[in-house]
Amino acid sequence: MATPLPTPGVGRASADPDPGGGCASCALAPDAARLARLGLDPGRYSYVVALAGNPNTGKSTVFNALTGLRQHVGNWAGKTVARAEGGFSYGGVGYRIIDLPGTYSLLSASADEDIARDVLLFGRPDVTLVVVDATRLERNLPLVLQIRQITGRVVVALNLVDEARRHGITVDVRHLTRELGVPVVATAARRGEGLPDLLAAIEQVATTDDPPPPMRLVHHDPELERAVAALAEQVAARFPTLPNTRWVALRLLEGDPGIEAAVRDGTLGDLAAPRVAAAEVQG
Amino acid sequence: MTDLLDEAARLRRGLPDDVGDRIVESLYTDAARIAAASVDRDGAAARLTVDRALDRVLTHRVWGFVAMGVLFFGVFWFTIAGAAVPSDLLYTLLVENGHAWLREGFVALGAPAVVTGLLVDGVYLATAWVIAVMLPPMAIFFPLFTLLEDFGYLPRVAFNLDRLFARAGAHGKQSLTMMMGYGCNAAGVTATRIIDSRRERLIAVITNNFSICNGRWPTLILMGTVFVGAVVPPALAGVVAAGAVIAVVVLGIGVTLAVSWALSRTVLRGESSAYSLELPPYRPPRILRTLWTSIIDRTFKVLRRAVVMAAPAGAVIWLVGNVHLGDASLAAHLVTALGPIGWLMGLNGVILLAYLVAVPANEIIIPTIVMLTLTLGGGAGAQPGVMLDLGDDAQIGTVLVGAGGWTLLTAVNLMLFTLLHHPCSTTVLTIWHETRSVRWTAVATLLPLALGIVVCATVAGVLRLLG
Repeated sequence: MATPLPTPGVGRASADPDPGGGCASCALAPDAARLARLGLDPGRYSYVVALAGNPNTGKSTVFNALTGLRQHVGNWAGKTVARAEGGFSYGGVGYRIIDLPGTYSLLSASADEDIARDVLLFGRPDVTLVVVDATRLERNLPLVLQIRQITGRVVVALNLVDEARRHGITVDVRHLTRELGVPVVATAARRGEGLPDLLAAIEQVATTDDPPPPMRLVHHDPELERAVAALAEQVAARFPTLPNTRWVALRLLEGDPGIEAAVRDGTLGDLAAPRVAAAEVQG
Repeated sequence: MTDLLDEAARLRRGLPDDVGDRIVESLYTDAARIAAASVDRDGAAARLTVDRALDRVLTHRVWGFVAMGVLFFGVFWFTIAGAAVPSDLLYTLLVENGHAWLREGFVALGAPAVVTGLLVDGVYLATAWVIAVMLPPMAIFFPLFTLLEDFGYLPRVAFNLDRLFARAGAHGKQSLTMMMGYGCNAAGVTATRIIDSRRERLIAVITNNFSICNGRWPTLILMGTVFVGAVVPPALAGVVAAGAVIAVVVLGIGVTLAVSWALSRTVLRGESSAYSLELPPYRPPRILRTLWTSIIDRTFKVLRRAVVMAAPAGAVIWLVGNVHLGDASLAAHLVTALGPIGWLMGLNGVILLAYLVAVPANEIIIPTIVMLTLTLGGGAGAQPGVMLDLGDDAQIGTVLVGAGGWTLLTAVNLMLFTLLHHPCSTTVLTIWHETRSVRWTAVATLLPLALGIVVCATVAGVLRLLG
């Protein structure tokens, strides 16, 4: 059930990306000089950004702010059921952005979670932007931690900080950045607050040669920890360049059918191949 | 590669059965630790009480339903009262004057009568009609509904209705897909993807049509205003009209629950799944942006669809009204043929023919009915396929009563049939796309129609017996 992204090579930026430069209607643009919203048609793009998050965290608002689209935003969980795609250009480089359905986890309990998991694992986006609700951090972090176990190419948008402020909640962004090992940017997407920093973080993660390694969550249960470590070693022996062996081992221990299928048909092996997209852009 | 899977299976056997739970548990332990170290909740409790107090009322067992009734009643009343004046203006401009000018222009240019008839009396008139009747109520209703949605009220409605859905053997999330259906049934059917179990999802798909969609609100509002509201003194007319629309909506929820219950006891038996419904915080709606997006995204989208459907329908109506077979027009033959069934259902042949013409879009039911009534009614001075001298809503009523022989019973049954009939063709296609099953698509299409026929015929029969 993998949902592979279209080969980025097809839409690869040429020597002259985004000839138009800025955008015409930049009254609200967070970084007018550098951001061009490309709406539905990403045109030529160099990087793929996957947009993940719990339901009702303002994912669609962030998506609209980046692409200039006006996908209807509702204040309720489960509004976005299918995935939506759009594009923007930042600093003259094209980005294609995929809005995933809002999920609480990647444990594949429903069709939504399967779609999100497959895009993140098999699509190998250049950046995974996780939108979290600053007023409900504890409930949002499990998804962030699961995504961090898969990849280090993550930016966390700590959204709804305006609401958090109203409720007297302060989140220590620097501490959170240290804990998660990836950029965390405070945003209030409804007002465009924090978007310039968010774009800069996305660019930085997309272009880095050296992303942080996937997170290693140590299991406090010694029995489980031993099994994970043993299986991860086997996975690593089989797929030496696979970055997230521990996460794959965990999924196999749980008997996740999607991952088992990927082992059987060798899709998992393809994931171990060097990242074509990043390599080409740097070259 | 299978040896890796074998190894995983071997290790799994060595672990307790609840390994999945333990993995999730350690994930949540880490999340809680990080959150505790990063979040400072200074004064959080004090501010959140406003939300809590609001929720105590809006999700109360009794007051929750009262608040729901008051809020929706307010929205409909506002829509009905506010749309009257702009509707009249558009009517005068587009239908009365615009049509006359266009007709004179065509005649002056020496266009053949057939071309003038087809384009001006058919296509233009139907399109102008749809805009005049639909634009004002939609431009008021959608922004109001979107404001409620942005405020965070809809999940509370879902929460209130959840208990009822659980008792009907359906999934609680069905209350959310039902809410989506009030905008568009095709969207509501797509939204059922949030329901994991196939059994419960099918129930949600089949019953979504009992949510009154965009295309059907104008019919209900018009019937409520012209016929039901007219029964009482003018001072109360608006309130009673809004009440009539609410009654149909409530009936729709009742039918949704009843059909869900019946399905889950018969062909779609099974366990109910548990789920958690998150109540989002109340957010002050951003009024200007909401007005802008709901007018652009919803009002104009729906209107465009209506216009796109109305133009060809106008041509069809003009053709069936003007192509003669023997001594009468095609429309007359069809209406005569449908007449007995229509009478049985307390409607008439014209209404049923309109539902045949309007399968692509419910939006054009009323224009189709009025044009057909005028074509066939032979009222004083009415040319075939042409509507003249219809100044406002009241005059539409006059035409329907005078030329169509409508009574209060016709209007009430039309309101019922608006709720209970086959989904539009877009929704039927969406149902097929989502279920990939001809059988369930047929059930979802024909079940509401059958219910509509039975209910309308029963109401008509009972009222006729009572005189």
